[in-house]
Amino acid sequence: MKPSARPFVYSLIILAATMLLSISVGSVFIPPAVLANLFFSHISGAAPQTASTQTFATILFELRLPRTILVAMTGAALAGSGASYQGLFRNPLADPYLIGVASGAGLGAVIAMGIHWPYTNAGLLAIPIAAFAGALLTVLVVYELAKVGKTVPTTNLILAGVAISSFASALTSYLMINATGEVRRALVWLLGGASMSGWQPVLAVLPYVVIGLGIQMAMGHALNVLQFGDEQAQQLGLPVEWVRRVVLVTASLTTAAAVSFSGIIGFIGLIVPHLVRLVWGGDYRRLMPLAIISGASLLLLADVLARVVMAPEEIPVGIITAMVGAPFFLWVLRQAKQQAYW
Amino acid sequence: MLKVENVSVSYGARLALNNVSLELPAGSILGLIGPNGAGKTTLLRAICGALPLQTGQLRVDGADLRCLSSMERARLMAVVPQANHLPPAFTAWETVLLGRTPYINWLGQVTSRDEQAARAAMERTHTIDLAQRRIGELSGGEQQRLLLARALAQGAPILLMDEPTTHLDLQYQYSLLDQVKKLAHEDHLAVLVALHDLNLVERYADRVAVLVGGELMALGQPAEVLTAPLLSHVYSMPLSVIHTRPGGPSIILPAG
Repeated sequence: MKPSARPFVYSLIILAATMLLSISVGSVFIPPAVLANLFFSHISGAAPQTASTQTFATILFELRLPRTILVAMTGAALAGSGASYQGLFRNPLADPYLIGVASGAGLGAVIAMGIHWPYTNAGLLAIPIAAFAGALLTVLVVYELAKVGKTVPTTNLILAGVAISSFASALTSYLMINATGEVRRALVWLLGGASMSGWQPVLAVLPYVVIGLGIQMAMGHALNVLQFGDEQAQQLGLPVEWVRRVVLVTASLTTAAAVSFSGIIGFIGLIVPHLVRLVWGGDYRRLMPLAIISGASLLLLADVLARVVMAPEEIPVGIITAMVGAPFFLWVLRQAKQQAYW
Repeated sequence: MLKVENVSVSYGARLALNNVSLELPAGSILGLIGPNGAGKTTLLRAICGALPLQTGQLRVDGADLRCLSSMERARLMAVVPQANHLPPAFTAWETVLLGRTPYINWLGQVTSRDEQAARAAMERTHTIDLAQRRIGELSGGEQQRLLLARALAQGAPILLMDEPTTHLDLQYQYSLLDQVKKLAHEDHLAVLVALHDLNLVERYADRVAVLVGGELMALGQPAEVLTAPLLSHVYSMPLSVIHTRPGGPSIILPAG
């Protein structure tokens, strides 16, 4: 195996393992043999032989599989946009929340839910659109507020982002308190519980995630150049403002997609890029795809934990990512022997 | 090669460069001197496109620089910035390869030609042994040589340098400028270098430009420009120029 391929092979093996875990573990355990059987008969088109396999098939194909894919996409989207923001702002603390994108997306989604869009099929598609509109609007407002002449200093961008983020969160909370009937549902959603099931949310976010992450992966070299600062990047021939806009818009797109059906899940966007950097180095051409794969694995793992620790009750996955993610990250940080990894 | 024509730049209401014109021919070093705040860095930043011009024009072989994309501009001129705040995690090799950005496609695929250019630039600047080291582990002098290597990898005929010797020990100041001299005289690069140290300017520059208060006060051969009356006026203190021997180097010192 070529050394350069090793990180990808390992990460993909971990992703496959966590996906397998995610489709078999839950309130009902599906044994591996049954899983294999179900997939085989699904592909060959054979009818299930018994009532119990029929039940397993329903759980697998209508609940577990779409949820697994949705969670994987959410983790991938958060980690990918987190890596993009960190590279764009050259700030190790940057994540989808820092410049207010996630809060803006959350506000958009809550407004969409508030006017009862999600309870029709077409409305379901509208959540990511509303979230994306909220995210993009936030980015534009933050960008305009932070602008000095023709340039946008990073410090201004972050400060404006933090302020707008608080504002959007406050509006979201206000709307949720007013929408009495929806409070619990929205609260569960906001804490990062995949509250909707079936294939529709998967199909609704798929295009945003695929297009957004695809473009961000192509920006790896540009992000590398940006690490030397805007002025040097410009001198090296990078169209800095253009790159900045493309990364901002696509990272907001993927953040919005992640937020729209899974709520606000902290920590994934922040720690996954750092984990990848610590283990495989900071070259954004590799970091972007590796963060995307690992983000999916890590959120899947958190989601499995969320399902089993208090079974049959489910904990919002956002609680798990923060409770388990923070100590794990600190442990990895202590282990890092390599000095300047950032 | 490069023509700066009547360039003015202002920061808000303050005029930082006033009607500066100079020419940078291929194969020579133009030293840029002047007291702090005279506009040396402003001139360099204006030339490389980081600052908008209020008036005037920048031409390379007749073509207006402002009409070029940043990629086209980067193929024509490379900048050696001061080695401050470099991202410590990059290896020397990765850093020099970034000099190939104007030739690399959007997916960041590096061709063997890019690798050859980067390797040649590192051999030229004696940094090839550092290739696998991280920037954070390198000394200031090594970092500065690395930035020169990155600029050379850009393959541009014009080289702009802003105080490249600032953080260097004496022997590195001379070895860096020896390399720059070879690049100008042997590889026919057009070099514009801002320097604090007047003795280095005297030794390495083919011509000297003196900026004071944003205006070009003098431009010419070192022997014509680096005179005691002019320098004393520019730096507002009495300076002597001591000739070691006829035709030999001279030393610039505070008088008295």
